Amino acid sequence: MANTDIEQRKQELLNQGYTEVYTKTKVLTDAVLHYCPGCGHGTTHRLVAEVIDEMGIQDKTVGVSPVGCSVMAYNYFDVDFQEAAHGRAPALATAIKRLNPDCFVFTYQGDGDLAAIGTAETIHACNRGENITMIFVNNGIYGMTGGQMAPTTLVGMKSATTPYGRNVALNGYPLRITELLATLPGTYYVTRQSVQTPAAVRKAKAAIRKAFENQKLQKGVSFVEIVSNCNSGWKMTPVAANKWMEENMFPNYPIGDIKVDGKIAEGIDANRLVLSHPLTVVNK
Amino acid sequence: MAFKGQIVIDTERCKGCAVCLAACPMQVIELSKNVNGKGYNYTEVVNDKCIGCASCAMVCPDGVISVYKKQC
Repeated sequence: MANTDIEQRKQELLNQGYTEVYTKTKVLTDAVLHYCPGCGHGTTHRLVAEVIDEMGIQDKTVGVSPVGCSVMAYNYFDVDFQEAAHGRAPALATAIKRLNPDCFVFTYQGDGDLAAIGTAETIHACNRGENITMIFVNNGIYGMTGGQMAPTTLVGMKSATTPYGRNVALNGYPLRITELLATLPGTYYVTRQSVQTPAAVRKAKAAIRKAFENQKLQKGVSFVEIVSNCNSGWKMTPVAANKWMEENMFPNYPIGDIKVDGKIAEGIDANRLVLSHPLTVVNK
Repeated sequence: MAFKGQIVIDTERCKGCAVCLAACPMQVIELSKNVNGKGYNYTEVVNDKCIGCASCAMVCPDGVISVYKKQC
């Protein structure tokens, strides 16, 4: 259907007494997302845009896009955007926030950007307690460059550079950077969410909303990790990738709040925060 | 209180990932046998059981689904 047909159809439904329950927010542009079919990036973009729309902060939001799959995020958000050098989004966001304290500043990064090359910037921005929101999309792989091993790749998980599965002796352990950041005093809100089911999407949206609202409090970094699929990198269909993610990613990256209002959330095992939580070995 | 729903799918932007098929509680959506301009089997509505829950729109990565509902 062409755009005009869609608008016509929507108008017809409204004339027939239907009310609109859901439509794509205007904070996202009409550009077609370049992501692979079924990628969690698209959903996460939409959630961030919806939160910006609902809070009415479109004209005072500045985003920082990373290098990675989401490098062209600036094409899709109808808000001010900056493109950072690889991994340096938190440093750029620091500058933007300090120069424009009234703006809502968020970084949008993947695991290769935030947890590998940008580790120093990430940790120091969090440790300084910069008053920004960080959205971290973790799919356990370098998606854009062809599915190489990332710091977050699970033990035993096959990737382009670990064809026999990630071997701890050779490649080390997966980095749970979200737990690591929760131990820093500068973070105010740290949570891990996912976007594979309607229920998960609603929770993730509430978390992103809280992360943006926290900027008004000036208490420190609000960090939202979204565990996502990478169906092309994992060589699966989108639906199978979501299922695999639930079975294998979630035991290693448990979903839920880790730090709320500057305090470790209830029910969080202290062992998990010092990274001695047992990792499961996957076979794919 | 029952609701009757309608969804409008932007078939040209749909990538046929089928995530909405898995999310739909009423099995309203199927992949089309036809392809769109980009060569994807887009999604289409195959019956009138839609209840307007917006689960499909919630999980759609490309935001191509708009949902409408009315009480009946």
